[in-house]
Formats: sequence, structure tokens, C-alpha cells
Amino acid sequence: MQLEFSPADEQFRDEVASWLHDHLGGEFAPIRGRGGPGDEHHFVEERKDWERCLAEGGWTCIGWPEEWGGRGASIEQQVIFNEEYARAGGPGRIGHIGETLTGPTLLAFGSEQQKARYLPDIRAGKAFWCQGYSEPAAGSDLSNIKTRAEWDDEAAAWRFYGQKVWTSLAHESDFIFVLARTDPAARGHRGLGFFLVPLAQEGIDIRPINQLTGTAEFNEVFFDGAACGGDDLVGEAGDGWRVAMALLGFERGVSTLGQQMLFQVELDEVVRLAKLNGAAQQPALRQRIAEAHIGLRTLRYNSLRMLSGEQDGSLSREAMIYKLAWSSWHRNLGKLAMDVLGPDAELVESGPYELNRLQSLFLFTRADTIYGGTNQIQRNLIAERALGMPREPRGDQ
Amino acid sequence: MRFRFTDEQRMLQESAERFLLEHSPPAVARAAATAPAGLDLPLWQQVTSTLGWQALAVPEEQDGLGLGVVELAVLLEQAGTRLSPIPLYASAISTLALRATPHSPTRDHVLQSIASGAIVSLAHTSARPHWDDRGVDITARQTEGVWRLNGSARFVSSGAAAAHLLVVARMDTAIGLFAVPADHAGVSIQHQVTLDQTRSMANVTLSDVTLEREAALALDWGQGLSTTLDLARVLVAAEQVGCAQQALDLTLEYVAQRVQFGRTIASFQAVKHKAADMMLKVESARSLMLYAACTADAWLREAIDDTALREAAAMVASSAGDAAFFVTGSGIQLHGGVGITEEYDIQLYFKRARALESYLGRPDESRETIARLLLDEPASEGSTRAA
Repeated sequence: MQLEFSPADEQFRDEVASWLHDHLGGEFAPIRGRGGPGDEHHFVEERKDWERCLAEGGWTCIGWPEEWGGRGASIEQQVIFNEEYARAGGPGRIGHIGETLTGPTLLAFGSEQQKARYLPDIRAGKAFWCQGYSEPAAGSDLSNIKTRAEWDDEAAAWRFYGQKVWTSLAHESDFIFVLARTDPAARGHRGLGFFLVPLAQEGIDIRPINQLTGTAEFNEVFFDGAACGGDDLVGEAGDGWRVAMALLGFERGVSTLGQQMLFQVELDEVVRLAKLNGAAQQPALRQRIAEAHIGLRTLRYNSLRMLSGEQDGSLSREAMIYKLAWSSWHRNLGKLAMDVLGPDAELVESGPYELNRLQSLFLFTRADTIYGGTNQIQRNLIAERALGMPREPRGDQ
Repeated sequence: MRFRFTDEQRMLQESAERFLLEHSPPAVARAAATAPAGLDLPLWQQVTSTLGWQALAVPEEQDGLGLGVVELAVLLEQAGTRLSPIPLYASAISTLALRATPHSPTRDHVLQSIASGAIVSLAHTSARPHWDDRGVDITARQTEGVWRLNGSARFVSSGAAAAHLLVVARMDTAIGLFAVPADHAGVSIQHQVTLDQTRSMANVTLSDVTLEREAALALDWGQGLSTTLDLARVLVAAEQVGCAQQALDLTLEYVAQRVQFGRTIASFQAVKHKAADMMLKVESARSLMLYAACTADAWLREAIDDTALREAAAMVASSAGDAAFFVTGSGIQLHGGVGITEEYDIQLYFKRARALESYLGRPDESRETIARLLLDEPASEGSTRAA
């Protein structure tokens, strides 16, 4: 067992850290540490400029093959990049959906034409993407997609009718990839297509969803005849589910250590406040702070196991518990932060409802155990896929 | 970075798993509960003569294999899986205690006897109620060129079958470590029946045990005791992970065949979700246990300091202790009525988890150790308000 990264990887780490140090000052200083989960609506234009700055430095899409402008970086190097990026206070990546979801999907399933049309602008930090999966009737049951894709012979285009929901950054993006039903008679996983759709067009209406935090990061996206070209279907009509599921496996945990670095910053803040306000002297809170520390370190070693596993695309046991583990940990941290703050947790100090980071953390982490597969769905997946227990019966079959 | 077993470690794991599956079924653990020393000594004889586990971490100069804590953890996890009544833990912790002791002919001799299969047990505490140096009740006084040891120790693993004891004793101002032959005049060792039943424990009483000067392995062993206990926590965690994993596996087997309301109870979401939570705890404890084992090896190589070892040990003691208790307790619940019968094995794992949870300190005490490391330094500069 080898816990340390290789000297070559450590050298790569130094290179990343020093580039970030040099470029995150000056004009980008105000956006350090901004734009992460719960804060995604802030500094959007500045963060798009930052994406272009990253791109010029060769730091976007580092895991892509060199042929498409990437560095062909190893899993370890991608992990290191994400970790250093978070350590340096790099702002929330507005280009991450294009880089980590659209790009790998096109590399695996896209036509040469699709790759040539879309990959360079993602790599250059010029085109931003969002994800059109969830719908009002397709949340945990994602295959219950109702949005229709109809072929318009006259226009030689696919036209879309329906609604997506929980679409992060839709109003700031240029494109959306859409999972839509190509065969109206089909149900479930069958008869779906995966489409690449420009957002700036007639027939698309984007409406923000106001959240309990008083902010709005998510949107509803309504389709009423919006179109994409015949060559913007990835794979064949009917392949959509296969493409959509493969997409969810591409990320392979490379961002987990970066995510944990952000968690560490939050935990450090809780520890700092606990020492200052005396909460650190209270035995019950000491127990919970220690538990939070142990939990975060556990996430780290879960990740290292996951990243050291066989790279055959299959999900290992430690990979299957990861979402349930981090979301539960983070939600508990939000509550711990409130308890450490004590009475002050309740006081909103500015604006009509401008929350401080820990208040925002507390409220927004309630979403963590819901999006990307609720904790209940995660437990079903663990029970069925890792433990071999019987699958849930469907009510409609 | 390659946080997974090497091929050699994987082979060791597989061979241990195969051997214990064949030679250490639950009946063996049950039978040992009423055996004289609470051990299956013929089984241990077979282990030492054919597999050599007792010599795994003994340095090569003392006829061992010179391997480390990761390898010991591999074996202890498997022993925990089968509740194997063999003195593997006693052997492992005695080896590590000696590795943390300066070279001397006595030390090398005891290590050699461990490698040759003799049982050596660490007698370190009365645990009234503390497991650390505050619990050391045996005293050692030097008079006329010899040492005289008096007092008692409890929770001496596999002590009733030991050939040698490593006795931790309080001197005037320091803590010492002594090698004491089990048959030495004044040494009395009694097997202790425990709630757990399957992990051999003994009480040791020393009455004017008189030892030559060479019996003293270390005379300033306070920090040695502290780090040895941290290494011990890592070994215990490996047992806990094995115990928890097997409790989960037994439970999955049971719920898959138990039919109620016309379906297996494994098909109920309430059962599936409990099982998922059990697996989450087992895998989380396993991740920390592997980290702690690597950390212990780094400490043995002198690559990290005592504090890093302490942190790792406290983290895994908290995590694996809670995990094993939760998983085995949930296992009983999911077994339903048969879970509380003597016949079903899940109760054995529950009892083992209970025993290990408080052995060397409860999980909350380990969390307090972490809290001291995190919270008892003054805060850095900054606002008392949340940013």
C-alpha cells in the first residue's frame, strides 16, 4: 500500500500550485473561493473570464486526450489538480459540466463532426454547458422522461417539447444536453435520445427557482419547439439511456479530493469559531467536532481506495457508498456549524436576507442528500448492486 | 499513490481466508469458550508450524519475516471474521511492543521465541478504569541488584496460555517493561471468563516476583507504552472490521432466505436500507483502518511522529468501534427472534463487538483524544463572527 503520490506527481502538484498562485491574484482576487455550491450565481462573468484564463494556461480539460487539447493527465494528476485548485481557493468552475460531462461523452460516443464542432470551444473556455436530465416527473425515477424529441422533416431538425428542472446555470450557459423521448410509444429506458441543444433560441424559456437560502442557482427550462440539427443527436435515437448512464460514470471520483478540500475549509472555520466562542469547551460539541474531523478523513481514504481501484469502469464497494457518505457528512457539518454558533446562528446581519457562509451551508446542505440521487435511492443502489438484495418492484409494470 | 493491497498482501489475505474458513468454523470459536485457556491451541500449533503468522512482524534478525502492521491487519481482520480462538493478537502486539524497545539480548530472545511459536502476552494494565499508564498497577522496585515486581494486571490477551509475559510496571518516576517467564515463582495467571466468551483474557498477579537485571527491557517506557497502545488500537480495528463484515454477511444470508408476507425479508426497503447503512459503516471503518495500518508502518519506519500515529489510532478506534457495534447490533435486529438465540452465530459477533468497543478505550474517549488535538490549541486570529 502506498499512500503517497509519486515524485513526478508531486512535481505536477507544484506546477499546478504555482500557476494558480500566480494567476489567482490581481483581477481574479475578488473571486477566490466564490461560486461554489450554494454560491453559483455570483461573479458569473468574472468566472467565465477566469475559465478563459485557465484555458490559455492549458488548465482546462486536462484529462482529455492531447488530440483535443487536453494533457492526457492521469487520474492521479486530475485528482491533484482538483485538490490544488480547491486549496488555492479557485472559484467554482463554470465550465465543469462541459469539461467533465459533455466532453467525455462526445469523446466516447460522439461523431467526428460533433467532436470537431463542440470540443474546441469547451477546451477554450468559450462555450458553457448545462445538464438537461431531471424533469418534474423524472427525479429519482430518471427514466420516466416525458420531454419529447420530434423529427421535423421540413426543417431537418429535432424539435423539443416538455420541461427540464433543477438545471444549474441554465441562464448562464450556451448549450444544454437533453435526454428526451424519441419514441413516444416507448417507456422507461427505451426510446430515449441524447441531444446537444443551443439555448439561445426561440422555444426555450428559462425560469429561476427561488430556494430556501433566498438565492436561485437552479432553473426550470421549458421547451416549446426549440430545435437542434439532425447531427446533434449523440449515437442513435434509442441510445439515450446508455449514453446518459455512461456520462454519470466518467467523472470517476477525480473531483472528490478537491471537494473534500472545500469541506476542510468549512470545518476549519467551524473549529476556529468553536475555539473563539467557547463551544470547544463543551463536551458534547467536542465529540461532534471530533466526529466531523474523523468523518472527513474517512471520506479521503474512501476516495483514495476508490481512485486506486481497478480502472475498469465498474463501481467498487467504496465508490458506491461515496455519495451517501459525503452528503450525510456535509449535512451534519451544516447542523454542527449552527450548534457551534449558538444563538448567533439565527441572526441575519445584512441585506434583507444575506446569509453568512455557515448559515448558507446549513440550509444548502439539505440539498446534498437529495440531488444526484437521494440518500434513499443511494441506499437502494447499495443494497441492490453492492449487496445483491432484491430490486424494488416498479408500480407501473 | 496506490492505496490498495500489493499482490503479496492480497495473497496473504486469500490464504488466511482459505485456511480459517476451513479450520476455524464457528464451532471452533464456540468450543474454545469452554476450553482451559479460552484458546484452540492445536489450531495455533497448526498456524505456527504451517503458516508462520506468529513470525510475520518479527524482525528478520530474530528469525521473523520483518513485515509490518498492514500485513498484521490483514491477518487480524480474517481472524476477526472467524472469531478464531488463536493468540494472534497477543503475538502481534507483543511483537510490536518489542520492536519499540531498545536492542538487548532479552528482547531479541523473546522475539525469537515469538517467532518460534511461543505465546507472549502483554500485561499492561488493571484498567481501573484507564487503559493508559494511569491504569498500571504493577510496581517494580530494584533492591540488591534485582527487580521485585508486585501487583496485578487484567485483560491480558491469551495470558493463560502464555510462555512469557511482557509486564508493564510502575517504578519510582517512570514506567518500565519487563520480560517475565510465565512459570516464574510468584507469577499467577488465571483465565477470566468474559461476556464475549470467544476472545481469551486472563488476570495476572505478581507476588514478589524477583527478576535479574537483564529482565528489564526498558526503564523509561512511558512513551513506549503510549505508542504501543496506539499500535494495538490499529490491530483491534482490523479485528473489528472483520467482525463487522462477517456480521453483515451473515445477516445478508439470513434475510435472503427468511420469508414473511410471501416474500424474502431482504426485499423490504426497511431491511435493505439498514443493510446499506451497515455496509457504509463497514467500508468507512475499513478505509480508516487501512490508513491507520499504513500510518503505523510509517511510524515504525520513523517517517512520522507520535502525534500522527495517535491521531490515526484514535480515529480508527472511534470509527471501527462504532461500526462493529452498530453492524452487529443491527445484525441481531434483522435476524429477528433467532438473533437472540444461542444457536445463531450473530450473537457471538455482537458480543465480540461489545468487548472490542471498550477494549483500550471507548469510541467517545478516542473522540476526546481527537478533540484535544484539534481544539486545545488557541484559535488563530480572526473574527468571532462566521464569515
